[in-house]
Amino acid sequence: MLFFSFFKTLVDHEVTIELKNDLSIRGTLKSVDQFLNIKLDEIQVVDEVKYPHLSAVKNVFIRGSVVRYVHLPANAVDTTLLEDATRREAAAQANKAK
Amino acid sequence: MADTENGTSAVAEPLDLVRLSLDEVVFVKLRGDRELRGRLHAYDSHCNLVLGEVEETIYVVDEDDDDTIRTVKKNSEMLFVRGDSVVIIATTT
Repeated sequence: MLFFSFFKTLVDHEVTIELKNDLSIRGTLKSVDQFLNIKLDEIQVVDEVKYPHLSAVKNVFIRGSVVRYVHLPANAVDTTLLEDATRREAAAQANKAK
Repeated sequence: MADTENGTSAVAEPLDLVRLSLDEVVFVKLRGDRELRGRLHAYDSHCNLVLGEVEETIYVVDEDDDDTIRTVKKNSEMLFVRGDSVVIIATTT
């Protein structure tokens, strides 16, 4: 649930998603679910010359499993908060395993 | 699980090693001949990661030039990495 919550805090921010087929799509993060499926608005394909297929498409749904990276705006991420949340999640997992 | 009860810093399971690397620079090897080096800000049990100030190295075979290995470097200020691509997470000293 950590990254689900994390991505919810990034809604309405501009992100670039790199897929496992090397396609990169920049757009506004509109929604995310528990599988980290992502909906992007006002998209733009980064290398449009090489991948002209999506040039008429405005918004997309991306299946979480095909994502390789999500490039994030660093100023939208509170790293201290994120590390604390990670430690809390790790502790919760360890308690569950006992 | 006895050693997790008397202190939170003990290494009882593999991911505890990753927990000790939070806010440290880590080396991550990925599927598809890719490597990352960056500061670890978050991870979960799927090995999903968030890294800061990342340098990515991609190894590509240059077919024009006698199949020599060429490296491509890319930088990113903040990067989410999906866990299913992750092969190795290593601490750097």
